[in-house]
Amino acid sequence: MDIDLIFRIAAIGILVSILNAVLKQSGRDELAMLTTLSGLVLVLLMVAKEIANLFNLLKTMFQF
Amino acid sequence: MEIMQIVIFSLLSTIIIVMLRAHRPEIAVQASLLAGIIIFALIITKLSPIFEFIKIYTSKTNINMQYLPVLIKIIGIAYITEFGAEVCRDAGENSIASKVEMAGKVLIAILAVPIITTLLELIIKIMP
Repeated sequence: MDIDLIFRIAAIGILVSILNAVLKQSGRDELAMLTTLSGLVLVLLMVAKEIANLFNLLKTMFQF
Repeated sequence: MEIMQIVIFSLLSTIIIVMLRAHRPEIAVQASLLAGIIIFALIITKLSPIFEFIKIYTSKTNINMQYLPVLIKIIGIAYITEFGAEVCRDAGENSIASKVEMAGKVLIAILAVPIITTLLELIIKIMP
């Protein structure tokens, strides 16, 4: 059971939200945008690995 | 009890995703995608005895064995299409979801052509 992956994504989301708020407060909108983007890419990398696992599982199960 | 595990897992992930969706909707979509993948990976390995069972009874009756992999492949395509379309629909992209579903239907129709061909041949043979 990979519940820790969900927790990791939640932690990244909360962290990015906080960083975004802080950076916006201090008037650095371009840096806030960059944090949002990097958080998104980080989560996307994690999810992409799992999607590859899912497709491998499907290939073995359904004999593609 | 596997179902308890899955229900607790889905409840936890639902809570987390609802919390994320208010602030970061793009990360919430990915979290829900990941939750779906984890639940699927947990339960799909249990399906192989059922496929074995179907295979055994297909070989006992006189059905041509070459149609069974096609059938299983169609089930796989249907599942994966549904999965992708639901993720798109959850994110609010209804048009992409319907296009994914259309692609799945086309691929299933292509796979089903040999089966339909044999059925039509049979009908033509029976017809006077």
